[in-house]
Amino acid sequence: MLAILRDLLRTNREFTVGLLLTGVVVAVAVASLFAPYPPLDVYVVPPDMPPGEGFLLGTTSRGQDVFWQLAEATRNTLLFGVAVAAISRVIALTVGLLSGYLGGIVDRVLMSINDTFIVVPLFPILVLFYFVMRDSMSWVMLALVMASLGWAYDARLIRSVAMSLKTREFTQQAVFSGMGTRQIVTQEHLPYVLPIIFSTTLNNLNWSIGLEVTLSVLGFTDVNTPTIGGMVYWANQHTALVAGIWWWIAAPVVLVAMLFIGLFLLASSMNEYIDPRSRLGRIGADG
Amino acid sequence: MPAYGRYLLKRLGQFALVIFIGVNITYLVTHATPIDPVEQTIAVVTNFGSTSPDAIADMRESLRELYGIGGDPVAQYFGYWRRVLAGDFGPSLSAFPTPVSTLVWRALPWTIGLLLVATLMSWVLGNVLGGLAGYFPRNRTLRVFGLVAMALHPIPYYIVAFVLLIIFGFLWPVLPITGGSGMNIRQDFSAEFILSVLKHSILPALSLVLASFGGWFVGMRALVSNIVTEDYVTYAELAGVKRRRILGAYIMRNAMAPQLTGLAMSLGAIFNGAIITEQVFGYPGIGTLLVEAVHKGDYSLVLGVTTVSIVAVATAVLIIDLLHPLIDPRVRPVEASEARA
Repeated sequence: MLAILRDLLRTNREFTVGLLLTGVVVAVAVASLFAPYPPLDVYVVPPDMPPGEGFLLGTTSRGQDVFWQLAEATRNTLLFGVAVAAISRVIALTVGLLSGYLGGIVDRVLMSINDTFIVVPLFPILVLFYFVMRDSMSWVMLALVMASLGWAYDARLIRSVAMSLKTREFTQQAVFSGMGTRQIVTQEHLPYVLPIIFSTTLNNLNWSIGLEVTLSVLGFTDVNTPTIGGMVYWANQHTALVAGIWWWIAAPVVLVAMLFIGLFLLASSMNEYIDPRSRLGRIGADG
Repeated sequence: MPAYGRYLLKRLGQFALVIFIGVNITYLVTHATPIDPVEQTIAVVTNFGSTSPDAIADMRESLRELYGIGGDPVAQYFGYWRRVLAGDFGPSLSAFPTPVSTLVWRALPWTIGLLLVATLMSWVLGNVLGGLAGYFPRNRTLRVFGLVAMALHPIPYYIVAFVLLIIFGFLWPVLPITGGSGMNIRQDFSAEFILSVLKHSILPALSLVLASFGGWFVGMRALVSNIVTEDYVTYAELAGVKRRRILGAYIMRNAMAPQLTGLAMSLGAIFNGAIITEQVFGYPGIGTLLVEAVHKGDYSLVLGVTTVSIVAVATAVLIIDLLHPLIDPRVRPVEASEARA
């Protein structure tokens, strides 16, 4: 594992940049543990101070330090993304592995449902959900809903791998030695798809965080839990751009862009590493 | 053509399934949650002044009838379907008594126009440039495009739109940043109106194109760089076929089929992006309608927009799927759907 990491760091610039960007974001999130005051308190520092000494990233019109606010928001947003990714991974794995291994009618039914979830526009549905739930809409609730809507694309990917694994000899041997479907899928096939799971997890993080930011920028989530989108929402509520408090909006936007690019680079360089054809191409192109 | 017939049937089935599941989700969200939209609406209405208890009771009764939430669950469910199929979502509460369908029909052309132009532009541009970048991996200009695409691809629509708004709205105000056309222009087929519409659509369209260009570019480049190593391409090169012909007829044509499937599959996501972009630029389409409806607490309008969105996206996907045989003459549905995965 460490050897792979070293190889990637040495030969793959995308991986290095991705790791660096993601690392900075995670560091900011971890910093929230050392915040000097609770994140929801207002008027603890003088409002509208520009970035500079004393306040690294300035202060908001609500009298909050942008840096500590950002740290707390990043932590919540990251946790949200991880929760959605973890839950949706379980669904994607179950559907993908079963559908690929069993084939036939099970495969056709599962994939029809799967394709539907890919195509259906989720944003209006999430907005409708918020609209109905209003104040009872919590962070956990939203994570659950998004996880149950966001597994389809990866399930298809896992299924295509499981289909090719099914034709390999070791699967037949497992069948002949009397292993059941559950055993074959979890003990024989699951280890093969784990590398793909890793890169799809990063993509899924991007997807869920992107949607969460969008929803909360519009104020369609629990705006009292600080998140990156929530920060932009409060900045917009205080017309920060018109008032010239640009740092209030710039800080979360820059940070979230860093996170998106970092995760994407990590995912795509992992993909490249997993796929030997493109790895060969890279060696050929670089050497 | 039996292959085409089977393909058509399968796609139509998928179309029906998307609408079926989508409508069921909206039903579940609106009916299985503990919150009662009737009480919410009453709270909104009674905010504006005191209302007598009798009037509230009457209102409750008629709202229940309007929203179809009375009687046993089975009857509610079928009543819901009847209303969806008839396209009747009742009157909008924020623009009473205009029916929801009228409001949606008024907004739909704006969204469809914007989406159609932006999606076509980013798809064609991303695929052509991505294909070239895959075929000429050492070209410097194309590598710069590759870097731009890589950086833009993961950034969500909202952020792209927001950055454009800041640049062209505050730093360099040359383009209109809000609305679908000039306020003082009559909406008819005059040159002035069309020009104004075009000018207002530049920024929303640009942000959609920028946000989705990267995905097509990166995808197409990966596909082409795989196809280039195929034996038949080497054979064509050895046989002295012109490079333009190899790229156009041998490589791009083969890579196009999975990209078209990809377009059908990501249309829902593009639609989400368009909704958000519209809201940022105050474009008078479905997205702005939806967000305004939420802020005004207009239950029937939110439900109507959501349902119409699902049907519209499913229809668009069906149309793309029906175009598929034009590019891939084999029309073997199994292969077509596998290629992307």
